Amino acid sequence: MSDIKITIIDREGEAHVVNAPVDMNMNLMEVIRSYELAPEGTIGICGGMAMCASCQCYMLSHEHILPEKKYEEEDMLDQAFFVQDNSRLSCQIFITKEMEGLEVKIAPTAT
Amino acid sequence: MIKTDILIIGAGPTGLFAVFEAGLLKLKCHLIDALPQPGGQCSEIYPKKPIYDIPGFPEVLAGDLVNNLMEQIKPFDPGFTLGDRAETLEKQEDGNFIVTTTRGVKHQAPIVVIAGGLGSFEPRKPPIPVIGNYEDKGVAYIIRDPEVYRDKRVVIAGGGDSALDWSIFLSGIAKEVSLVHRRNDFRGALDSVEKVEELSKIGKINLITGAEVVDLKGEDSLDAVVIRHSGEAVSEEVKPTDYFIPLFGLSPKLGPIGDWGLEIEKNAIKVDNSFDYQTNIPGVYAIGDVNTYPGKLKLILCGFHEAAIMCQSAYQRIFPDKRYVMKYTTVSGIDGFDGSRKEAKREVVKSIN
Repeated sequence: MSDIKITIIDREGEAHVVNAPVDMNMNLMEVIRSYELAPEGTIGICGGMAMCASCQCYMLSHEHILPEKKYEEEDMLDQAFFVQDNSRLSCQIFITKEMEGLEVKIAPTAT
Repeated sequence: MIKTDILIIGAGPTGLFAVFEAGLLKLKCHLIDALPQPGGQCSEIYPKKPIYDIPGFPEVLAGDLVNNLMEQIKPFDPGFTLGDRAETLEKQEDGNFIVTTTRGVKHQAPIVVIAGGLGSFEPRKPPIPVIGNYEDKGVAYIIRDPEVYRDKRVVIAGGGDSALDWSIFLSGIAKEVSLVHRRNDFRGALDSVEKVEELSKIGKINLITGAEVVDLKGEDSLDAVVIRHSGEAVSEEVKPTDYFIPLFGLSPKLGPIGDWGLEIEKNAIKVDNSFDYQTNIPGVYAIGDVNTYPGKLKLILCGFHEAAIMCQSAYQRIFPDKRYVMKYTTVSGIDGFDGSRKEAKREVVKSIN
């Protein structure tokens, strides 16, 4: 097992330092859900297909090593709310060891 | 009043398969769904995506799974109320339930099954604090009757297909159409994007990109939208308009079901998984992604299982005095309510001389 540490700031503004596995094909949305840092039903609604924007996060570090956005993600972010330049759909960010120390903030929920 | 044996709320794969299991017990079903077509998420969100964990199907497209389920339940002649949302649940003295939809359609049944998945799909509303004050007073999230906009000024927001298509359509009816989009690029179908570009060049559509509608103005009804232009110098513009139509797609909401007195946990309905997936209201069941219990997995195959178990319990509630033994379809075949019969080929006993 190999883990990295990442910092996730929840929607209330509280920071959580959590261990994220790099060898389980997990994405950031799944890491957030596994630690229940956002209520069930308010994150990862589409299950990780980049087809809702409920897992939107602001990436506060490591910009240069994040994977490029695919068409579906761009498309979804186009229609999402509270979008900023550093917005990503966390279901599209797979955990790799280069992400050690990553800091992200979960975006507010759209009504 | 629509009367049936089992009223199913949600026409996704789990709700559809429940029709089959009920049909084997000669119980008739009616389904209500907020979407205009059956299939739930499978049809609405990912019809062209493959699913690999339906037992017996190494790979099946979500849309094909729905088509197959519709074919499978056809003999049991289910009724549908589509494009309408279940609003209220009332229990009558005789034990029947009445479910009324947004449009006022009443459904009566002794058993109600909630197979609502993530909830009903509703338009996503932009985070403008005052927007609620202008709903039906100039703000609309769905275009029901385009004639309403004839000779009016309309501001549409969004960058997807529906924003593009309605801008094109309304440009032929409305006095003025403005399309506001946060980015410069649009991601709709190529023809639509080109058509909007063309209409914008000849002044039929007022294209406002790199901008967002951030506020609304008006005493009793909408008079103007406030558009914020991003870019090097952020500026705001007050644009007079009769209508504002934000088109940002759909997202699922548990909705009115949350107010039916059901026990809710983690945005899902708690059920008794040691027995029959019944909720805290006797006669009301919840199956598929909408329910929760220890160890719950939100998988289509789990919804199918829950549907089968639920139907046995529903049968016992409807016919408390009848004894029933589960039959295998291979043995007993399928008798449709339409008079059709499917059965395994009989072996012929004949001596060959």
